[in-house]
Amino acid sequence: MAPRTHSTVPLGQKIELWLPRFVVSPLFALSLFFVYGFILWTVYISFTKSGVMPNYSFEGLSQYERLWATPRLYVALGNMFVFSALFIGISLAIGIFLAILLDQRVRIEGVIRTIYLYPMALSFIVTGTVWKWILNPGLGIQNFVRKAGFEEFTFDWLVNSDYAIYTIVIAAVWQSSGYAMALFLAGLRSVDDEILKAAAIDGAGSFRTYFSVVLPIMRPVFLSTVIILAHLAIKSFDLVIALTGGGPGYATAMPATFMYSFAFQRSELGVAAASAVMMLATVIAIVVPYLYSELRGTKQ
Amino acid sequence: MSRNNLGGIVQQKGTRHLMMRTLLFLTLGVFCLYYLIPLIVMIATSLKSLEEIRAGSLLSLPQDVTFDAWAKAWSSACVGVRCDGLKPFFWNSVAMVVPAVTISTILGALNGYALTKWRFPGADIIFALILFGAFIPFQVILLPMARTLGVLGLAGTIPGLVLVHVIYGLAFTTLFFRNFFIGVSSGIIQAAQIDGAGFFGIFFRIVLPMSLPAVVVTVIWQYTQICNDFLFGIAFTVGDSNPVTVALNNVVNTSTGVKEYNVDMAAAIIAALPTLAVYVIAGAYFVRGLSAGAVKG
Amino acid sequence: MSDIRLEMVKKNFGATEVIKGIDLAIDPGEFVVLVGPSGCGKSTLLNLIAGLETITEGNIYIGGKRVNDTPPRDRNIAMVFQSYALYPTKTVRNNITFGMVSRGIPKADQDAAVAEISTLLQIERLLSRKPGQLSGGQRQRVAMGRALVRKPDVFLFDEPLSNLDAKLRIEMRTEIKKLHQRLGKTIVYVTHDQIEAMTLASRIAVMDNGHIRQFADPKTIYEDPVDLFVAGFMGSPPMNMMPGKIRTLGGQCVVSTGGPEDEPLDFLLPPALSERACGQEGRDVILGLRPEAIFAAGTELPGANRFIFERPISVVEPTGPDTMILFHHAGLDVVARVRPEDARPEGTLFMFEADMEKAKLFDAKTTLRI
Ligand SMILES: Nc1ncnc2c1ncn2[C@@H]1O[C@H](COP(=O)(O)OP(=O)(O)OP(=O)(O)O)[C@@H](O)[C@H]1O
Ligand SMILES: [Mg+2]
Repeated sequence: MAPRTHSTVPLGQKIELWLPRFVVSPLFALSLFFVYGFILWTVYISFTKSGVMPNYSFEGLSQYERLWATPRLYVALGNMFVFSALFIGISLAIGIFLAILLDQRVRIEGVIRTIYLYPMALSFIVTGTVWKWILNPGLGIQNFVRKAGFEEFTFDWLVNSDYAIYTIVIAAVWQSSGYAMALFLAGLRSVDDEILKAAAIDGAGSFRTYFSVVLPIMRPVFLSTVIILAHLAIKSFDLVIALTGGGPGYATAMPATFMYSFAFQRSELGVAAASAVMMLATVIAIVVPYLYSELRGTKQ
Repeated sequence: MSRNNLGGIVQQKGTRHLMMRTLLFLTLGVFCLYYLIPLIVMIATSLKSLEEIRAGSLLSLPQDVTFDAWAKAWSSACVGVRCDGLKPFFWNSVAMVVPAVTISTILGALNGYALTKWRFPGADIIFALILFGAFIPFQVILLPMARTLGVLGLAGTIPGLVLVHVIYGLAFTTLFFRNFFIGVSSGIIQAAQIDGAGFFGIFFRIVLPMSLPAVVVTVIWQYTQICNDFLFGIAFTVGDSNPVTVALNNVVNTSTGVKEYNVDMAAAIIAALPTLAVYVIAGAYFVRGLSAGAVKG
Repeated sequence: MSDIRLEMVKKNFGATEVIKGIDLAIDPGEFVVLVGPSGCGKSTLLNLIAGLETITEGNIYIGGKRVNDTPPRDRNIAMVFQSYALYPTKTVRNNITFGMVSRGIPKADQDAAVAEISTLLQIERLLSRKPGQLSGGQRQRVAMGRALVRKPDVFLFDEPLSNLDAKLRIEMRTEIKKLHQRLGKTIVYVTHDQIEAMTLASRIAVMDNGHIRQFADPKTIYEDPVDLFVAGFMGSPPMNMMPGKIRTLGGQCVVSTGGPEDEPLDFLLPPALSERACGQEGRDVILGLRPEAIFAAGTELPGANRFIFERPISVVEPTGPDTMILFHHAGLDVVARVRPEDARPEGTLFMFEADMEKAKLFDAKTTLRI
C-alpha cells in the first residue's frame, strides 16, 4: 500500500485497518492453493489419461470408465456401505444407551467416562493391532473359547473374506462408540433443568422423560453425531490397513484403501484421482448442507 | 460438561429402585470391561514370553513377567529391513509433532482472532472456505501434495510432513479459535483499542492470555491428531523418516520370521503411550476438543 | 383443597445450609407469596414442597399426609416455572396433555380438559403450535394451562411473571388473582415484585438467608413489620431508617437523630410508642418512617402527633402521581413523598411534616421492633 499523505486517516490507523486482512490473506492463500487448487488438480487429472506420471492432455471420462469397470471398486463401495451403516448404527445405539445410563446420577461418572472414551485417544493403527491379535483364530478369542471347553467353536471372521468386513466394524465401534457417548452426554446435560423438573411434576417416569421429552430435544446432537461418524467412516483407511490390510484378497477394500493402492502401489494416477473425486463428492453431499446449517446457526 | 441439579428429585425407594440401580451398575461395569479388555490383553501379552503365549490363553495373566518384548520393540525389532526397534521412529514422531502443533496452533489463533474480532467484508466467506478444508477426504490432495513436496525438495522428509500437518490442521485450529473468540466480548477489544493498543498488541497482551483454555484444547487436539496420523505418514515419508504409527504397522505386518505377538503388543503400547498419557492428564480438554462444534452452546 | 405444613424443614447442599429450619402452616385455599432477596432460598423451598429436592431434615405435610418420600407425581401439585419450561418439541396441546398421558388418563377426558382450559386461558387458536412459535405472554399462558389442566390441590409458582413486560405482567397478575378466586386452590407463589406480593397474597412469608422472618397478611407485613429486615424489604421506595437515641426533653420522649454535622432533629414520639420505648435514656434506636409518612407541612388533614421540621431539599424525583423529595439527614438521603404541586426546586428550604403515628421504632442492636 502506497502511503498517501493527503489522506485524512493517519497512516498508522490505516495499516491497523488492513492488518487483519494481511494476517488472514497468506493463510487463506495457503488454503486456496493446498485445498482448492489441489482439488482442482485432482479433478483435472481424473479427466486425463495420466498413468505413472501426470499427463495433462484432456481425455474426457475415460478414467471414470476404467474406474467403473474395476470389480474391486464395487467391493469397496459395498464394504463402505455395510461398514458405514453398521458402524454408525451400532455406535449411535451404544452411545445413546451409555449416555442415558451415565446420566442416572452415577457418582463415579468421571472415572467411567474416562474408561469409555480412552480408545478415542488411540491411533487406529494401535486399535487395529490389538484387535488383530484378539481376533486372530489361532491364539485369540477362538482359541480362548475352545480351551474353555467348546472344541467346535469357530470365530475366524478376520481371515474369512465373507465376514472380514465385520471385524473392522467391531474394532471401529470399540474405538468410537465412547465418543458418541460423550457427545450424547453433553447433549443430555445441555437440556434445561427446569424442563426435566416439569416432566417430573407431570408424572413422567425416567423412560418416558427420555423418549418423549429429552431425546426429541436432542435432535441436533443426533444429526451432528451421525455426520461426524459418517465422516469418520468414509475416511476410514488406517484401521483397514492395520487390521486386515484390505484382505483377505481385497475383501475389505474401502474407497480410501482403493485410492491409495491405485495411487501409490499401482501408479494409476488417473484412476486414483477419479476415485478420490468420487469420495470428495460423497463427503460434500453429506457435509456441506450440515456446515451450512451450523454456520447459519452460530451467527447471532 | 455441567452437571444437572436434578439429584434431589424425590424418588420412590424400595426393592424395585434397588434392583434398577444394581442393574445399572452391572451394565456400566460390563461396558467398562468391554472397553478395558483390549488394553488389558495388550499389556498382559506384552509381558509374556512367546512360549507362554502359545501355551496360555488370550485372557490369562502373565505368569513370568518379562520385559524382553518391550526392550525388543523399543530398540531391536525389525521395521522393514532396519532392526533398531521403534526408537528412531518414535523420535521422528516427536520431531514432527512439536513444530507441527506449535505452528498450526499459533496460526490458527491469529486467523481466528482476525476473522472474528476484526471483521472485514468477506470474513465469513473466507472462514467457510477455510473450514471446508477440515472435512475433505485427504485422498483428494494426496497426489498433488506428493508432487508439490517433490518440487519443494521436501519429499520423504520430516519437514515435509510438518508442512502437510500444518496446512491441513489449520482448518481445525482456526475453527476452534473462532468458536472461542466469538464468545469473547467485543467490548474488551474496543476498550483496548480506545486505550491505544493495536492489532498485535491486543492479540498478545489481551486476547491470548484470555484464550488459554482454547489454546490447551487446540494443542491437545492437534497433538492427538498428528501423533495418531497414519495416512500422511505412509504417503509422504519413506523408511527412515516414518513416524511411529507407520513403523508400528510395519512391525506388525512384517511377514518374515516368527510372529512375535508380545513384541507387537509392546510396540503398540509404545506407540499409544504419548496420546494416552495426555488423555489421562488432560482428559477434560481432550473431550472438549472432540465435541467442539458438535454440540452447540 | 389441601393445607401445607412444614416442620423444622432444613436443606443442605453439601456443606452449605440453604434452608435453616422453617416452620410454616399454610391453610387450605390460601394464596401465600414468598418474597426475599435473591439467593435466600425461595426456589429451594418451593422445590422442597414440590419434591424436586429431597429435604435434609424436618417434615412436609400436604393435605395432612407426610410427603417427605413421595415423588413429585404423587403429591398432587402443579408448578409453573420462571422459564416456563415448555417442552420445545411438543405442540401446545401435547404440552398440556403430557401430564395426563403420563398418568394414563383416557383420551376423551384429556380432550375435554384441554378444551376447558384452552377456553379459560384463551389459547384455543394456539393448540397446534410449538412453543417456539409463541410470544412470551402466550408461552406463559400455556405454562399456566399445563399446570391448571390436571386440577391439582396445590399450585406452585416460581416467579411466573418475571419474564413478561410490565403491561403484560399487570394483566396476568389480575388473571391469576381471578383464577385463584374462582378455583380456590392452595397456591405458593415466589416473586421479586412487591406489588405482586401485596396484591395477590392472602399471606406473605418474608424470607432471609434460609429463615422466614415474618409470615402474615400483607397489611400486617407492611404496617407491623417485626424487624428492620422486613420493614426495609417491603415498600418502594423503602422505609427511611434513621439511627437515633432516646431522649427526654422537657418531660417528653423524643428520638433525636442526626448531628453532629447536620443539625439534630428531635422526633416527638406518640404516647403509644413512648410508653414502650422511653425510660432508657440514651438507648440506641432506629426510627423508621415510610416516605408517605413524611409530606409537605400543612398538606394533609391535621392530626395528632405530627412533627414539623425544616430542611433544604437535596434532590427532587418526580414519579408521576407523586414526587419524591430527598433531604440529607443522619448521614442518609431521607425520602418524603409529596404531591407534585407542593414540590420545590432543589436547594430550597422546605417545611416537612412527619406523621409520627406511623413511625416505627427498632432496637439498633437486635433490629427487632420496639
Ligand atoms: N443444587 C444446588 N447446589 C448447591 N447450592 C445450591 C443449589 N441450588 C441452590 N443453591 C444455593 O442455595 C441458595 C438459594 O438458592 P435459591 O435458588 O433457592 O434462591 P432464590 O431465593 O430462589 O433466589 P432467586 O431470587 O435469585 O431465584 C443459593 O445460595 C444457591 O447458590
Ligand atoms: Mg429462584
